Amino acid sequence: MINYEIVIIGGGPAGLAAALSARKAGVENILILERDAELGGILNQCIHNGFGLHTFKEELTGPEYAWRFIERVQKENIAYRLNTMVLNISKDRIVTAMNRDEGIIQIQAGAVILAMGCRERPRGALNIPGFRPAGIFSAGTAQRLVNIEGYMPGKEVVILGSGDIGLIMARRMTLEGADVKVVAELMPYSGGLKRNIVQCLDDFNIPLKLSHTVVDIEGKDRVTAVTIAEVDENRKPVPGTEERYTCDTLLLSCGLIPENELSVNAGIELSRITNGPVVTDRLETNIPGIFACGNVLHVHDLVDFVSEEAAKAGRSAAEFVQNSTAEKQSSEPVVLKAESGVRYTVPFTVDPGTMEDLLKVCFRVGAVFRDAYVSVYFNDERVMHMKKRILSPGEMEQVILQKKKLLEYDDLKTVTIRIEAE
Amino acid sequence: MERKELTCIGCPMGCSITVELEGDEILSVSGNTCAVGDKYARTEVLHPERTVTSTVTVTGGEKQRVSVKTAGNIPKDRIEACMEAINNVSVSAPVKIGDIIIENVAGTGVSVVATKNIS
Repeated sequence: MINYEIVIIGGGPAGLAAALSARKAGVENILILERDAELGGILNQCIHNGFGLHTFKEELTGPEYAWRFIERVQKENIAYRLNTMVLNISKDRIVTAMNRDEGIIQIQAGAVILAMGCRERPRGALNIPGFRPAGIFSAGTAQRLVNIEGYMPGKEVVILGSGDIGLIMARRMTLEGADVKVVAELMPYSGGLKRNIVQCLDDFNIPLKLSHTVVDIEGKDRVTAVTIAEVDENRKPVPGTEERYTCDTLLLSCGLIPENELSVNAGIELSRITNGPVVTDRLETNIPGIFACGNVLHVHDLVDFVSEEAAKAGRSAAEFVQNSTAEKQSSEPVVLKAESGVRYTVPFTVDPGTMEDLLKVCFRVGAVFRDAYVSVYFNDERVMHMKKRILSPGEMEQVILQKKKLLEYDDLKTVTIRIEAE
Repeated sequence: MERKELTCIGCPMGCSITVELEGDEILSVSGNTCAVGDKYARTEVLHPERTVTSTVTVTGGEKQRVSVKTAGNIPKDRIEACMEAINNVSVSAPVKIGDIIIENVAGTGVSVVATKNIS
């Protein structure tokens, strides 16, 4: 069996940043396992710009952002294996993987960092009625076809779902000469960033129909038309509101799901809301020595925040293998609770004794709130109260907790985040 | 006086900005939370600009396409001409990030540069 101090599953933005920060913390033996033929993950097909504003203070495209990390990983001589698929992770951190050169390999890891990312919700999970012809793609598949392979998946396009990839592809296909007829969104708000609605839809006069869904797909061999209809408050189609669009392509951009099959096999507890592991403030799962970061933990809007989170997972895994936190762990961690409009928080618990000086708690809201307050409660006492012009499910929010404040508070059991009207 | 409501595309915050103007003279910009927003709003109401990203065919490389971008913003009404120029060019490997693929694309004074290394 091969031994590594830290094994990182996935060589995308999360895996790369985790590796670099673990190395910075002094870990020598690090291995990244990547199933694709190159490092960089999904960034390789995200050729649009807008990445890196937080990290590098400049606007980069996806491949450029990835290269900043790949270059450093290579310079640091961090080991990685490409075209390598991880098959299993055991509770005692034995990673089983395979590739064409070595066959099946087993690696004993001191610590494991999960950085597998997420995948798109497929048609089968959406219950769309109609025929099953060719021409129905997830937006990310279309993105790969256009940007990496150089194929256009179609000429007349309808898009269901207003996630960022769908919006980006509406612009991309338009620029390449396709006629993008409409973007239909089931919810009464967009799932994507506002800036993408402006520069991907408004710029090209592509209509966004909120509270609309696909009620029929026509076509025997290839899509020939798609019918959309308005939905009521229970998300049921309203008869009489149908509109038929002739088209040859339907793109689906209906949400991303963290890719956690390996985590389940390892016995890792998952959250039913994020579909990612339940983690502590050190991003450790319920299995000691297994950490998670990036989109496998919860779906992010911005890669900059993925890199930041992954760097923390790298530091925590380094501490774990260097054994410097074991004795400081207090027995009862403080529970982070999401209430009144807040769907979830990441992390799920915080240990004031071992936490870093500042803890960024990420959360998402369940509906659109205007001129509302984000409130933080220590037990039943409100300790933070911040006004927000707008809160939307499509944009991740965060609050920062100070270690000092948590330690000072007597008998702290819970920290609750709520959205309040006043 | 005319009022224009904009959503800033300078960063993912997407601030709502209000611009008041009289003809071509900007009287006020409000709602932005940083200098990028102010600059965006002033440009957007008079002569909007965008960065264009796309791909170019590569010959003799490990990949079929190399991703490219305009090295700076170009006028919005030149996007179509820029895309046409991008689609009419091909390069041979190797290509390095920052290599100029097209100089002065569509007469904008801005170059199209590679955003990926292809060996």
